[in-house]
Amino acid sequence: MEAVIQTEGLGKRYGEKWALADCSLRVPTGTMAGLIGPNGAGKTTLLSMITGMLPPTAGRIQVAGGAPAAGAEQLSKVGFVAQDTPVYAGMSIADHFKLGAHLNPRWDMDLARERVAHLGLDQKQKAGKLSGGQRAQLALTMALAKQSSLLILDEPAAALDPLARREFMTDLAKAAAERSLSVLLSSHLIEDLERTCDYLIVLANGRVQVAGRVPDLLAEHQPASVQEMVLGYLSRARGNGETEVAR
Amino acid sequence: MIWLTWRQFRVQALALLIPLVALAVALIWTEPGLAHLYSANGLNRCAVPGDCGQRTTAFLTAVQSSKYPLGFLVGGAVLYLFPAVIGAFWGAPLISRELEAGTWRLAWNQSVTRTRWTLVKLALVGLTAMAIAGLASVLVSWWASPVDAAGGFPVGHTQLGRFSPQVFAARGLVPIGFAALAFTIGVLAGVLARKIIPAMAITLVLFAGLLYALPAFVLPHLATPVTQVAPVTPDLTRDQVLPSGEVIVADKSLPGTWIISNQTITPSGQVFIVPQSSDSAFASACANPAQAECTAWFAGQHLRRQISYQPASRFWQLQAEETGILLAISLALAGATTWRIRHYHP
Repeated sequence: MEAVIQTEGLGKRYGEKWALADCSLRVPTGTMAGLIGPNGAGKTTLLSMITGMLPPTAGRIQVAGGAPAAGAEQLSKVGFVAQDTPVYAGMSIADHFKLGAHLNPRWDMDLARERVAHLGLDQKQKAGKLSGGQRAQLALTMALAKQSSLLILDEPAAALDPLARREFMTDLAKAAAERSLSVLLSSHLIEDLERTCDYLIVLANGRVQVAGRVPDLLAEHQPASVQEMVLGYLSRARGNGETEVAR
Repeated sequence: MIWLTWRQFRVQALALLIPLVALAVALIWTEPGLAHLYSANGLNRCAVPGDCGQRTTAFLTAVQSSKYPLGFLVGGAVLYLFPAVIGAFWGAPLISRELEAGTWRLAWNQSVTRTRWTLVKLALVGLTAMAIAGLASVLVSWWASPVDAAGGFPVGHTQLGRFSPQVFAARGLVPIGFAALAFTIGVLAGVLARKIIPAMAITLVLFAGLLYALPAFVLPHLATPVTQVAPVTPDLTRDQVLPSGEVIVADKSLPGTWIISNQTITPSGQVFIVPQSSDSAFASACANPAQAECTAWFAGQHLRRQISYQPASRFWQLQAEETGILLAISLALAGATTWRIRHYHP
């Protein structure tokens, strides 16, 4: 099976502390992968290195067949929804779409417009006036309309209320399935991921505790639920007494 | 990228363009009056130097008693302030705004490399600033050309010619160089400070420092000044006496030059100092500076005037050289900015 994300001994050190260490992953193409771990586990550090926003201290990394953010062509293959879903407060939704059309070679304007129409948003509205959930939807729409083959989302649902979270995740899973996208998204909440993800990476103390397809993991360990399995790994990681690592 | 740069820049662009257009209208409106004053005093057809001198004095007196000094002052002030405003309001926020708000994570994940993103922003906004500075300089130079041709605006014992350090940066090419410099200082300060307000403050302080340091320390070294020494007889009713006792005998024979120093020296080469009133010979001769004995006393001192200056013919050479230096520094700052952005991470 081809890997859309492959890392080998990947690590990031800040001063004396390793925010992420010895991370070797092989995320298969076409999966919806969830990256789970407590706050400060190193999730944002890992995603930042995968998107090329942060240079690694150690190790190798390959994303969608190339080095992260190495040139315009490589950038066009990866869509990224950053933490807190940043948007230009002074620009309207339509302006954001125009930005996307000008800056991306395969921009799908119809998809972008249909999505916001479906969400009941007025394109003339300024992004700064949107609610947290609407902003997350705008950021997701921007990433989807870019028509990249890999979508990376860093805690995209963090600002949403429980109902909106569930809707956002369902919506994301549906969009990914329709376009046969590979997705990697992070969350510190198991509920966000267990319903939609078919691949899981458990991260704690700056180290990968376990990574694999959900059915394989369940078959191997035979826990009662995904939740129980993840909690098992996380409590063992804490029990190992490793020092807490800052994000 | 061009669309996005313009979309993010248009409010600041218009905010600056509106007052500039108002200034342009005011200058174009008042220019015919000033030009008429010049020709009415016959300065456009004077040939004999002595005759010209009289007409120049008449013209400058007429200018001073009119509304034109305001235009001269405002035109010059705008050319000085424009680069500072460009640096603080166009340069400093250009990238720091993205870093402060976190939108860089949105911008740099579109299919445009950071290098291209940075270069397009720098080029588009920077060249716009330079073009506006150039236009403003042409306009102000054109408006002030009658006064510049008459040797400059009279202030006390001297005239502020276009080559004087105060006016030099508000004529010709130099405003373009200062606009580029202030802009690139602002952008790099923004990238390093990562916040708009501190970046604006750093920009203004650095730019003010350079605005002072360049004419004071760099410009004098671009070309060796010409030195002229000639006999002179000071006249205390006319000439300026500094608090130190030095006498400065103004020179009207070098119009349009940049006078770097003007000293009255003794035959042995020392700087001449007006004697204290305890010096009996001087005191009795010059008890009334207007009487002939005083003139005779000064004539007996065999004083000379030593002027160090840049000839008027070097105006454009020095303009080009200073602008070249400013643009070279600007390019280096733009390069450093691009390099920083390529390697930027939180």
